[in-house]
This record gives sequence, C-alpha cells and structure tokens, in this order.
Amino acid sequence: MRYSAVQLIRQGLAGHTGWSPAWRTPELARGYDAVVIGGGAHGLAAAYYLRKIHKVKRVAVLERSWIGGGNTGRNTTIVRSNYFFPESAALYDFSLRLYEGLSEELNYNIMLSQRGVLNLAHSEHDMELMCRSVNAMLLNGIDVELLSAAQIRREVQTLNFERDARYPIFGGFMQRRGGVARHDAVAWGYARAASDLGVDIVQGCEVTGFLRDGDRITGVETSLGPISAGVTGMSVAGHSGVLAGLAGFRLPITSYALQAMVSEPIKPILNTVVMSTATGMYVSQSDKGELVFGQGLDLYPSYAQRGNLPVAQTIVASMLEMFPSFRRLKLLRQWAGVVDVCWDYSPIIGPAPVDGLFMNCGWGTGGFKGSPVGGWTLAHLMAKGDHHVLSRPFDLGRFTSGRLVDEAAGAGIAH
Amino acid sequence: MLSIPCPFCGPRGEHEFQWGGEPVTRPVPASEVSDARWANYLYLRTNTKGRDRELWCHAGGCGQWFTMERDTMTHEVFESAQISLGRIGA
Repeated sequence: MRYSAVQLIRQGLAGHTGWSPAWRTPELARGYDAVVIGGGAHGLAAAYYLRKIHKVKRVAVLERSWIGGGNTGRNTTIVRSNYFFPESAALYDFSLRLYEGLSEELNYNIMLSQRGVLNLAHSEHDMELMCRSVNAMLLNGIDVELLSAAQIRREVQTLNFERDARYPIFGGFMQRRGGVARHDAVAWGYARAASDLGVDIVQGCEVTGFLRDGDRITGVETSLGPISAGVTGMSVAGHSGVLAGLAGFRLPITSYALQAMVSEPIKPILNTVVMSTATGMYVSQSDKGELVFGQGLDLYPSYAQRGNLPVAQTIVASMLEMFPSFRRLKLLRQWAGVVDVCWDYSPIIGPAPVDGLFMNCGWGTGGFKGSPVGGWTLAHLMAKGDHHVLSRPFDLGRFTSGRLVDEAAGAGIAH
Repeated sequence: MLSIPCPFCGPRGEHEFQWGGEPVTRPVPASEVSDARWANYLYLRTNTKGRDRELWCHAGGCGQWFTMERDTMTHEVFESAQISLGRIGA
C-alpha cells in the first residue's frame, strides 16, 4: 500500500480500518542467499539495499527481539557529518545525503528535520581548536561555519551567556544540514520497503551459533532452527563481541551502556541541536516537545540496557548549567542502550576473520546517523565480497596495520 | 551505584573507582612479537557478557590496582583480590 495524502483521506473516511500491516510476517525458509543478523536500522537498511541495489534474490533479516528495539529505538536521533578525518567525513556525509532522500525513497516519512547541530566552545583555547576542526571539515567538503558568541546568542537565547557561567560561551560551530530524524520511522521505513521487495523479516529469532563447512561460515543456528546462507552479515551493535565469540574470533570492541533521557514535554523553546565540547552533553527538543539529552558513556562495560545513577546525575547537572531555565522541568524517562565502542571511535565495516561472514559494527555512540551508509556498505560487501570505496578505511585490518581513524581525538566533539 | 570492595580500604561507592579493562599480559620480547600478536594484546578483547574478571583502580582512594569479578549483565559485584606479582592476565 502506497502512502499518500489521498490514501490518508480515503482511509480516514473509512474509519482507519483498511490499513494493511507495514511489513509481512513471513514463514522462515531453511535457506537464503543472504542472511543479515540484527533487525535494527543498519540491518534492515542492508537487507533493503541487497534487494534494491544488488538484486540478491532471497534475503532475510533475523532479529532476536523486535525490529528497531535495540539502539535504533534508544538513541537521541541526531544526524550530522561534521567529522575531522576525510575517511569519516566521506562516510558520514554519504549517510546524511541518503537521509536527505530517504522519506521519498522509502515512501515513509522519517521526519528528517535539518534544524542544525551547534557545537559550543567554552574558552579561547576551545575556540582555537574548533577553528582547526572546522577548517578540516571544510576541506572535507562539509557545510560547517564558525559562529561568534553574539551570533549564537541570536539563534539560541536559552543558553547561559552569563560571564560567571561554569561553561561560558566563547563561540561555536554549526552544521546546518545536521539535525534530527524520527528513529523508529527509519527502522520501520526500511522494514516496510524491504518487505515489499520480498525480504523476509523474522522477529523473535535469536542466532545461537554458526553453521560451517570447513573454515567457511555457511549459515546460522537459531532459536527457530538452522538456516543456511550463501553469505551472512552481522549488524548487532553492542552484541558484536558475543556473535564474534560464537564465530571464534575477538574484536577491538568494548560494550558500554550509553544513557539518554527526556524531560516532560513543553512548548517549542530550542530550535537546534546543541552540543558542548567541554561536557560532552547534547540536547534537542523533540516534535512532541520533550527535551532529549544525553552525554558520555557509563564508567564501566555493561550489557544491561540501563544507565547508572552517578552518570545520570552528571548529565542532568551539565544540561542545567548550560540551560538554567530548564531547572524546574520534570524528568520523564531515562534509559540506556548497549553501544559497541572501538578504540578509535570509528566503525568496523568489512570482512570478518572467517570466510562467508561480513561485519558492520563498532559504531559505538554514533550509530543512528550512520544507519543508511552502514546498511549500504554492508550490502555491497555481502553482494560483491569486497569493500565499497567508503568502507575500505574502516576494515578490521586497521588495528593490525596501525592505520586507525582516530575520531576519538580528531573530532573533539561529543558522539 | 555499585558498592565496590577495595581489597585495601573495604567497600566504597563506585565514583571513587576507575575501571581498568580486561587483564592482559604484554608479549615479550618486542623484537619477536608479530603485528598480529601485538594487535591482539593492544586492541582485541573478549568483551564478556556475564561474569568476568576485570582490573580496577581505587583512583579516588588508596590508588591501588586490584582485580574484581563482576557480572556485566546484572552489574552484580563478586569478590575482589590484590594483584600478585607476575602474570595477571592471559
């Protein structure tokens, strides 16, 4: 069923009883040409592009729980491509460009709102480093601009501009093409479009092991029985280490809980995404009116999808220091996702150390913005057996060669 | 908030501590260590889901390093131990 204004009116007149499910609930087949493990936005995007671009015939997505229920449904929905290194800028900007056309491509409103992403500098030294970063980003072809404190004051009046503020505002930089998108809609839009192209999306199907022929992986063991696969892709974020363990190798990844929280909904007060280099805090206002905010990782590795109290308190304190007027708002919800953090804060996209398996993981704290390109490059790898030009620098081999893409230090911004 | 049993100071709140990673042992001699073995030591981790043995430092207290067993799924803390000289990890 194609979504349109005409369809909305027609269904509305019929009392909204005629809508069909957005995706099929198929019978699980015993074999596929390509199996993608993980039904988040990345995995669903990979399945969609495998059918759409590469015309792979039988494609399945296996999801342990329900689609979009992991980090896809737990992030703060920010999209941007303001990265320091050329490899990263190319990757993330390709993703942002896919986002820009995604509602039309999928016939599903992902509610992309390019309201800008503002990064703050709190001292003269912050500002100097920011100039350097901005110059690098401009050389990478990213649309960023430096702003003075006075310019910022015209755009975001609610910030704490007092001279005795704990984090006084010296300036900042803005990527105007950055913004937010509806995270669930990205998963559901890809799922619906993939399902329409014949992809089997199987929920409640946990991968418990791999099938092998010699050294080659030929499928997966699941809670619903064995499934053979011509090629297998994994896109499971925080659980990448667990799957790698099942396949018999280790990854340069540690899983942490990353928290986020929302305030009670209020009338429009914040018209852009604000990030602070000093505290790592970021905040935006959702279309429902809630302030959505978060900060850094919890202090130790975790597979629990909940954050710990000391970090939650730090996050709230940072936000209130920068936005004193939010002090009397109630906290509505707080949650966490399990994120797969690489040493250099860049993803790993490429062949696994075993044949027949490809990986898209290590996105850490910044996976949502990379969903379209993660899916795009994983699909390319699975269909062609070799790297896409965008994914080659992010091969696992960089940890042996030493050629890291060190955005942890390079970008100097919250992720 | 975790209550972490420092083997030297007794139980304290988690904000006094710093997580120090999976115990690893540096391969030697350097001249004979391949790039793959070095990467294995420097970067590759088991990233255990469940009960695991970790290094911790009582950074905001006595400053001592020790090992502790903890469940990464439930955050339950088990016993901690002083580090003996010699090998501490695989």
